[in-house]
Amino acid sequence: MDNLQLLVSGLANGCVYGLIALGFVLIYKATEAVNFAQGDFMMLGAFVTIGLTNTEYMGLPFWISLPISLSIMAAMGYALDRFVIRLMFGQSQTAVVILTIALGFVIRFVAGLIWGHNPQTLQNPLAGREVAFGGLVLGLEDVAVIVVTVLLTWGLYEFFNRTRLGLAMQGASQNQLAAYYMGIPVKRVQGLIWALAGAVACVAGILFAAKGSVDPNAGLMGIKAFAAAVIGGFGSLPGALAGGLIVGVIEPFASRYIAAGYSQIAPYALLLLVLIFRPNGLFSQTRVKKV
Amino acid sequence: MRIVFKTDYMQDIRPWKDGQQLTLYLLLLAAAIAAPWLLDVFFLGELTNVLIWAIAGLGLMVLTGHTGQASLGHAAFLAAGCYANIILMESGMPFMLAFPLAGILTGFAGAIIAIPALRLHGIYLAIFTLALSILVDDIIVLSDAWTGGVGGKFAPPVNVFGFEIERWGTPGAFYWLVLGVAVIVTLGYVNLLRAPLGRAFIAVRDSEVSAQAMGVNVARTKTISFGLSCAVTGWAGALMGLYAGAFNNETFSVVISIQLLMMIVIGGLGSIHGAYFGAIVIGFLPQFLSIAKEYVGAVFGGSSVAIPGLEFGIFGMILIAFILLEPMGIYGRWLKVRTWFELFPFYRKDMFKRQKSYLKTERLR
Repeated sequence: MDNLQLLVSGLANGCVYGLIALGFVLIYKATEAVNFAQGDFMMLGAFVTIGLTNTEYMGLPFWISLPISLSIMAAMGYALDRFVIRLMFGQSQTAVVILTIALGFVIRFVAGLIWGHNPQTLQNPLAGREVAFGGLVLGLEDVAVIVVTVLLTWGLYEFFNRTRLGLAMQGASQNQLAAYYMGIPVKRVQGLIWALAGAVACVAGILFAAKGSVDPNAGLMGIKAFAAAVIGGFGSLPGALAGGLIVGVIEPFASRYIAAGYSQIAPYALLLLVLIFRPNGLFSQTRVKKV
Repeated sequence: MRIVFKTDYMQDIRPWKDGQQLTLYLLLLAAAIAAPWLLDVFFLGELTNVLIWAIAGLGLMVLTGHTGQASLGHAAFLAAGCYANIILMESGMPFMLAFPLAGILTGFAGAIIAIPALRLHGIYLAIFTLALSILVDDIIVLSDAWTGGVGGKFAPPVNVFGFEIERWGTPGAFYWLVLGVAVIVTLGYVNLLRAPLGRAFIAVRDSEVSAQAMGVNVARTKTISFGLSCAVTGWAGALMGLYAGAFNNETFSVVISIQLLMMIVIGGLGSIHGAYFGAIVIGFLPQFLSIAKEYVGAVFGGSSVAIPGLEFGIFGMILIAFILLEPMGIYGRWLKVRTWFELFPFYRKDMFKRQKSYLKTERLR
């Protein structure tokens, strides 16, 4: 029973990692760039929602502030692409990586300026409620996290594989020039994917801030989400979720069964092992590279 | 407008272009040697710090700037060099032996790590090294029998040819020690770039496929590049430990890795000057900010409250501005300005225009 409790809390944590990883994968799938600031996006989304919802700030009802903060973050994502990332069009991936790391620094700084550096919790209607489930006591937030994450991953997966826009996004990443020739508005598609990633980060941030507390350095958690995305194989949406769950579940079990100090390195050790032995992730899409 | 006539094949291979350039660099070296008599102790310390960062930057530049392998984990090798140096010295080895050995050990560690990392490209390599840097942080804490763990270690004074050198006691001598290492590393680097190995590095950076076609052994070249890069970084780490006096796992956190990479990007990737320019920015930014803050506080009557994270915020903004407006960094801008003067009426705007490459996935092929 104890293990089951650990498993569920691990799954809930893993879902948040998975959601951040989803953001990485979305952007990677559509633009072949990696957004190292995704964790900071998540933090920003959490703070925007806190700023709208919590009584010491604007005090809006949660269900009203939810769509507002989602659209704010989506707009941020789009604006970021339109005014910063698009200028980098045609430059190397490494340059984009460094740019987004710098963006992360700036976002952390700005969030610290606006909301301060103390950890804060989102006041939400689910707080403090519990469901008993055959002897297993679960926080309602944990259940909500798991449900929302699974639905979102499934929705995005279907979106990428079935809708015209999703296919256009895949095409734009596989070969930019060819996508242009096929009449795909590559730049607009990329803007949309950044907006989508912003919204997903906002969802992750809301769930994270509802479960625990968030401070401007929470974005550094993005590194664990990296582990999740890599374990899942950087191009696969369900893979990202699975990777997140693996990392999330390993953590509580490692801290319980392995000596303190060794437990926190478990996700990174796993990341290194995956990179060494299966460089393309456990759910890889890559065929052998020919040239 | 000045034209250098080439009358000898040696002129193409010589490390300096002409006598004028050589004179300039010798003057710079003379000024650097004379610094302890010209500057007060505080600025001398800052200059030492800049030189140490520059050595670390040179180390990373070999790997990222010239071999094209982005590493977000070089703090791990700074830490390795630092701890190796101190542990060797504590076991009774003289500094003059422990210091080179520390770099060589770090180099070997880097080369070994390069073997699995060779299979990784671009972003994956960056993530691999990032994870490595985080792991090393934890490993330092775990192996506290050797490293002192969270409590850290203290750097003993070092003995160079019978002279006792210590950061606070003899700042001038410590500065010369660092300067000596910087000069040796830089000269080595200049020579590396005109040797076949350095050319192979650049070939691998520009296109692995073409490098292979030209007979470059890509795996071997990358491993050597990793090893050299880590060795130099290890020396910088050893100096950093001596400079800080006391250090623990936090001294070499992931943030330092990221800062190091950003430093060489600001300075200018793929140039020796870039490491130095970047180090100057990194070294003097905190001082500049505190002076600016005092000034702003005095003008607007604001209190001089510390704004946490300000340094990183400003640093991030500078970096974004550079990547967007001047991707070749400070050195790239300097090249343009110099060319403008050299070619005076004939400089054209598109002379440094770079070819854009459209993206193709590496996943499905």
